[in-house]
Amino acid sequence: MIDVLYFAWVRERIGLPREKVQTDAPTVAALITELCAREERYAAAFADLASLRVALDQELSSFDAPLAGVREVAFFPPMTGG
Amino acid sequence: MRLSVQAEPFDLGAEANAFAAGVTGAGAVVTFTGIVRDNAGTLSAMEIEHYPGMTERAIAAITEQAIARWSLADALVIHRYGRLAGGEPIMMVATAASHRADAFDAAEFLMDYLKSRAPFWKKEIGADGAEWVAAKDTDEAALTRW
Repeated sequence: MIDVLYFAWVRERIGLPREKVQTDAPTVAALITELCAREERYAAAFADLASLRVALDQELSSFDAPLAGVREVAFFPPMTGG
Repeated sequence: MRLSVQAEPFDLGAEANAFAAGVTGAGAVVTFTGIVRDNAGTLSAMEIEHYPGMTERAIAAITEQAIARWSLADALVIHRYGRLAGGEPIMMVATAASHRADAFDAAEFLMDYLKSRAPFWKKEIGADGAEWVAAKDTDEAALTRW
């Protein structure tokens, strides 16, 4: 089981801030494919990966990164701090 | 080094004074404060979301990098989240170094990195609805100069 977190408009499109996901997906990209197959709202949120960022265990990462050993995956748009 | 991610407002003057008073051996202190902008006078509020846990880690990593690179005597970062009104301070940084060039550069570096590497997201709430603020290409490009 991994914790999957969503922020900003990704959270709004999917309709929840976090969930536990049972998955054997080897990479972030494979997890996204699984989520998109679930329901239309996931497909809508992940439609344009260029406008998304991913963090694995709170470190920025990439979509081809492996998920082995990862406990927390977060999806969000590019950050707008400052 | 003091880092704070908080919903509460902060007192810019008090923070700057306390920071300067706590620094020994520095010849320069630079402070920067970000304010909620209300360009067209149509902003009702700014809603700032963040990623608790990652936010603190990212700010600490960025600040430690600045301290090491510019040999800072000290650094301060305060960043707010939650609902803010136009004109309210969102965040501040302060840097202390032997000479002003290092203090200015370190403050600019902190600002550039906090903008696109600290997990905050701004949403502008106006009379006609709410909109997420989009990151600009220039924000990302600003990182390349470091």
